[in-house]
Amino acid sequence: MTTTTQSNGTPGTGATTVNTGLAQMLKGGVIMDVVTPEQARIAEEAGAVAVMALERVPADIRAQGGLARMSDPDLISSIVDAVSIPVMAKARIGHFVEAQVLEHLKVDYIDESEVLSPADEAHHIDKTKFKVPFVCGATNLGEALRRIAEGASMIRSKGEAGTGDVIEAVRHLRTIKGEIARLAALDEVELYAAAKELRAPYELVKQVAAAGRLPVVLFVAGGIATPADAAMMMQMGAEGVFVGSGIFKSGDPEARAKAIVKATTYYDDPAVIAEVSRGLGEAMVGKSVSEIAAPHRLAERGW
Amino acid sequence: MSRTPQIGVLALQGAVAEHEQALSAAGAQVRKVRRPAELEGLDGLVVPGGESTAMARLAAPVRLMPAIRQRHEEGMAVFGTCAGLILTADAVADAEALTGFERIGGLDVVVRRNAYGNQLASFETELEVSSIPESERRLPAVFIRAPIIEEITGSEVEVLAEAAGHPVVVRQGRLLAASFHPELTGDHRLHEHFVQLAAG
Repeated sequence: MTTTTQSNGTPGTGATTVNTGLAQMLKGGVIMDVVTPEQARIAEEAGAVAVMALERVPADIRAQGGLARMSDPDLISSIVDAVSIPVMAKARIGHFVEAQVLEHLKVDYIDESEVLSPADEAHHIDKTKFKVPFVCGATNLGEALRRIAEGASMIRSKGEAGTGDVIEAVRHLRTIKGEIARLAALDEVELYAAAKELRAPYELVKQVAAAGRLPVVLFVAGGIATPADAAMMMQMGAEGVFVGSGIFKSGDPEARAKAIVKATTYYDDPAVIAEVSRGLGEAMVGKSVSEIAAPHRLAERGW
Repeated sequence: MSRTPQIGVLALQGAVAEHEQALSAAGAQVRKVRRPAELEGLDGLVVPGGESTAMARLAAPVRLMPAIRQRHEEGMAVFGTCAGLILTADAVADAEALTGFERIGGLDVVVRRNAYGNQLASFETELEVSSIPESERRLPAVFIRAPIIEEITGSEVEVLAEAAGHPVVVRQGRLLAASFHPELTGDHRLHEHFVQLAAG
């Protein structure tokens, strides 16, 4: 290819069409956390559209405590080599050098993630400086739009990772969808005030109000543990699902992975969801978010 | 005036809504297809971009791929983009992750998955397409972890566009395929071509 032009995919964002486009190709699919090449192959074999390569799933990070950082490059490369589907990997919030390393390792997407320990208390990574795409977490519309303005090509609601409790994922998705719906009812003058309240660029706010959706793909994450969880998020308007600890912390990861993939495609068919939910064995043990003291909630990381 | 062409979009996973919009803009009546029975009465079917490994696995329990092949043999037109090209190709060069899963087939080409490399190698360009008059502007084309058509194995395959020495849009009778994503650009000329092909 002699001419390689990288145009801006969406006005007001730093993301390119190839990068927002890769997220569009993942829609309706399940992205699974994996900690070994073997798990990555199980995920691909179950029909995952991508894998998230990391050293410890969120449930273990939560249980073991301590700082959580970018994974060992050896581990990430071994997972990149193990599968033919896209591989994502996590960098700490604001840790632009971890992101540089992950780009060098040729991962397909970087997750600037609250699951790891934040590296910067005020700034997220300037994602426009990278050619590789980023996905970022958000708990509300303002947070999502700030990440998009910084160059994120994909948004996932944060939920509360490593709990197996879907309540926060539901809350964050409802919040984002509700705030988008409210914008649609505002006139141009009111949109200026709304942009100020959302602490987001006016151009992006105007665009969301007109389109009735984010300018990039919106997945959900954090606490999804069962086929019914995944299907509920899809019925509520998620465009796809991240499953972290929910698969490989369960009794039968292969069967559960396949079941969640199928429930995500046939999300509006209770007969299919019932069928795939039969005999799945133990779901991950889980921890109610309400039992976790606020300072230990991961969703509150990021600004 | 003939009736409005009925076009389905395979909706197991991937860029489904984008194709639905492009097809509606091109004048078709559009519906999603996730089960064999939903192929009934369709003039054409789009197999969208996404992950071919995921789609092949989701299609297997309901035997959707052979059902599509059969409907195509009965006259339904098919348009595969990116992953859709992989699923319609007769042969896949690096088929390990697709081994044991049925595909649609029927297009006499050999394709290689992710042949350009990982996401850092994804790119945009503009193409001359022989179904589009030379006087019109070139077709914007977004290649994302795209497959390459390495070889054409049948005499009925027409190459409608090339990039860097590889065919990127091909047609074989009522089967159209592109290795990129015409659904991502807002330029619907290839979808218009497919809707005409399906209606004819």
